[in-house]
Amino acid sequence: MRFAKLALSSLAVLGIAAFGVSAIAQQPPVAPPVDQPAAPPVVTPAPDGAVPATPATPDATAPAEPAPVVAPAPAPAVAHAPAADHGEEHAAGGDHHELTPKGGWKHDGAFGTFDVNAMQRGFKVYKQVCSSCHGMKLLSFRNLGDVGGPFYDPVYPNPNDNPVVKKIASEFMVTKIDPDSGAMVPMPGIPADAFPSPYANAIAAAVGNGGAVPPDLSVIVKARNGGAGYVYSLLQGYVAPPAGLVVNSGQHYNAYFHGDTGSQWVGKDPRNKPPGGFLAMTPPLQEFDIRLQRDCVEGAQGGTSCDQNTFDDGTPTTIEQQAHDVAVFLAWASDPKTEARKQLGAAVIPFLFLLAILVFLSYRRIWRNVEH
Amino acid sequence: MSGPSTYEPSNGLTKWLDQRLPIVRFNHDLMTFPTPKNLNYWWTFGGILAVCLVVQIVTGIVLAMHYVASTQDAFASVERIMRDIDYGWLIRNIHANGASMFFLAVYIHMFRGLYYGSYKSPREVIWILGVVIYLLMMATAFMGYVLPWGQMSFHGSAVITNLIGAIPVIGEPIKTYLMGGPAIGDPTLNRFFSLHYLLPFVIAGIVVLHIWALHVPGNNNPTGVSVKDVKKDTLPFHPYYTVKDGFAIIVFFLLFAYFVFYAPNALGHADNSVEANPLQTPAHIVPEWYLLPFYAILRAITFDIGPIEAKLLGVIAMFGSIGILFVVPWLDTSKVRSMRYRPIAKQLFVLFVVAGIGLGFCGANDPDKFVFKFGPDKLVVNYVDTSGVAQVSGRFDNFEGAGGAQEFIAKLPPSSGASVAVSEEGFKWLWLSQILGAYYFLYFLVFLPLLGIIEKPKARPPSIADSVRKKHASVPAAAVNPAPVAAE
Repeated sequence: MRFAKLALSSLAVLGIAAFGVSAIAQQPPVAPPVDQPAAPPVVTPAPDGAVPATPATPDATAPAEPAPVVAPAPAPAVAHAPAADHGEEHAAGGDHHELTPKGGWKHDGAFGTFDVNAMQRGFKVYKQVCSSCHGMKLLSFRNLGDVGGPFYDPVYPNPNDNPVVKKIASEFMVTKIDPDSGAMVPMPGIPADAFPSPYANAIAAAVGNGGAVPPDLSVIVKARNGGAGYVYSLLQGYVAPPAGLVVNSGQHYNAYFHGDTGSQWVGKDPRNKPPGGFLAMTPPLQEFDIRLQRDCVEGAQGGTSCDQNTFDDGTPTTIEQQAHDVAVFLAWASDPKTEARKQLGAAVIPFLFLLAILVFLSYRRIWRNVEH
Repeated sequence: MSGPSTYEPSNGLTKWLDQRLPIVRFNHDLMTFPTPKNLNYWWTFGGILAVCLVVQIVTGIVLAMHYVASTQDAFASVERIMRDIDYGWLIRNIHANGASMFFLAVYIHMFRGLYYGSYKSPREVIWILGVVIYLLMMATAFMGYVLPWGQMSFHGSAVITNLIGAIPVIGEPIKTYLMGGPAIGDPTLNRFFSLHYLLPFVIAGIVVLHIWALHVPGNNNPTGVSVKDVKKDTLPFHPYYTVKDGFAIIVFFLLFAYFVFYAPNALGHADNSVEANPLQTPAHIVPEWYLLPFYAILRAITFDIGPIEAKLLGVIAMFGSIGILFVVPWLDTSKVRSMRYRPIAKQLFVLFVVAGIGLGFCGANDPDKFVFKFGPDKLVVNYVDTSGVAQVSGRFDNFEGAGGAQEFIAKLPPSSGASVAVSEEGFKWLWLSQILGAYYFLYFLVFLPLLGIIEKPKARPPSIADSVRKKHASVPAAAVNPAPVAAE
């Protein structure tokens, strides 16, 4: 009779397991966050960001949630901040004082999701600023329209059909073999193409940048200690070098760079050397308009008859905001499956927890007459 | 110990099969195997490890379908698995974190064996096979870490292959065969991939031997007292230990799932998301956490002994620290298996665990950095004196002002090339790793042999059944063991 009961309890365990498996299998595709307007705002491919948008009257299509307000970057406390530990220009840095946006990152935590508006604005920053020197070769244009991506549209489950993605792809020139001549010619991209790298190879990149190769940004947030916070801080870290710090030509002092200032801190107490380091990249961000405007692409929500200038999400054009948005975009680009991963975890862990309780009860039952 | 098989084929097919391939009988005998009734949760890690091996092999086979073993494509192919393969991110996160979980479990399993004396007669062969599995696991994990071809992959493999090159006479040829040429490149990656695929199956084979060897003398148990009466002291493996191991495995999976879903990169290193670049060496090359204690022992040897150079000594110490495990059954002279009844050994064992974990921290830190500082940082001046000899000044508190470093420089001739440097004094990680590394060897080479002679063990229970009855002394005897199935 004991084994009949055993069989019953194992059936119950199997039932729970089946429930768990079906719960995992039926994970719905990520719905657009509820705070999005019915028509997801998309980047207008303005040739430059300076197109003045008419200040819009608040209307129903504006996002219910204002764009995240990021904390203004405090001037780094140069004299008192701990000095950088290491002197190498790579990931193993020693600065531990990255800035964090006010309220933290929306994508942090067990249930955090990427801020779609920030990702879209961040992509605009990548396209107009970063992409002139930095490639993103591990991503394809279609990834932008994947579930959880910045331009995901539930109407187009296949991102290759997404008109916004198609339009973005067509704005990049991708070098391909011309089927008529066999020559390598630049032609407008399609969603299946990978993001083009701005330089043909590392040597060309080094020659074009005074010996420093701009790193590919595909996995940059995973590849730096500090992650998105490092990108966010670095882009705001171009502060005036403190007096006594020798900055060579072609170098730029950055208070958050994982570097070392010791050798160029001349005639001063080396214990007080400023944090950060020197990098070849000029301060990349200027103030420009990163407000999201409604996209007027045939097939996209909004259609062709929309007016680009009637939408304004109220995003400030500050460097802080740009740094925040591009950091969010690059965090997504480094690990596009973050949301899917956390969602599956939210199903698996409670399932395992229940299963553990059931198996523990079975254990108690089987062992109840055994002294041990 | 299992005695004659109790299996009786129930129908024509199983009778026919039993005379030709008694595989059903084999399984029946495994399931009814008499297992001491007092095993605690530390004994569940054997089952957990079996599951870990299966998880690694299954996920690894899927990953191998998508991975490209070429220095040009390896990094991108791993990222492609994370981005474009259906549930590739899940499979890879399970495989990468699964290695850490595997080692976590194996360390607990080994510490359990050391504490309860599971290596002692008649279980020496089980222990030795276990150490072989552990060695193969380290080799497999090391080669697996090279495959994603990140910065740590590349430079870590350079450090390890160079170690092998430090072995006199045979080191260089072995190193060349391992790398497939004079430097790490495509041939290295290809043979590491091939071996990384092969070794888990070698491990699986030795696991079979390990379990076979276990089923000859049977399990040790927390008292270390041998089974006297199979009926009173033991339970059939199934269902008693299948359900107990099953529960432990699920709890272990909860921890595993936390890392896979919420902290997949927590046990890794940011540098390994940078594609390998032979021309740019990371500031700190560190192996994965589970190899750190041995890395600390390697780096702890900074001194030559006689004609043997520090580098070779370090290699000897590192391999010796693993090799010593093979002879533990003969280093421990005590007749008492379980340290429950060995008051001194128990305390030294706790220190040994602390030393092992401490060595892990030493391995993760720069040996020349400080565990703690003796005082605030001071300044020294490096300069060349009038006779052309490099000198270091005394220590200064201040940079400016009277008695400061600047004042000292002002007195030197301009040709002295004086420069100010920070002078830190503190307790170095190197020293800590030397102390803990020395304890590691002392434990095995001095304490275990000596304690068997000088230690006076406490009284052991006469049998397993007695040891569990004592705990439940207040329970009425009638309620203790009414079920006759318990001991069958």
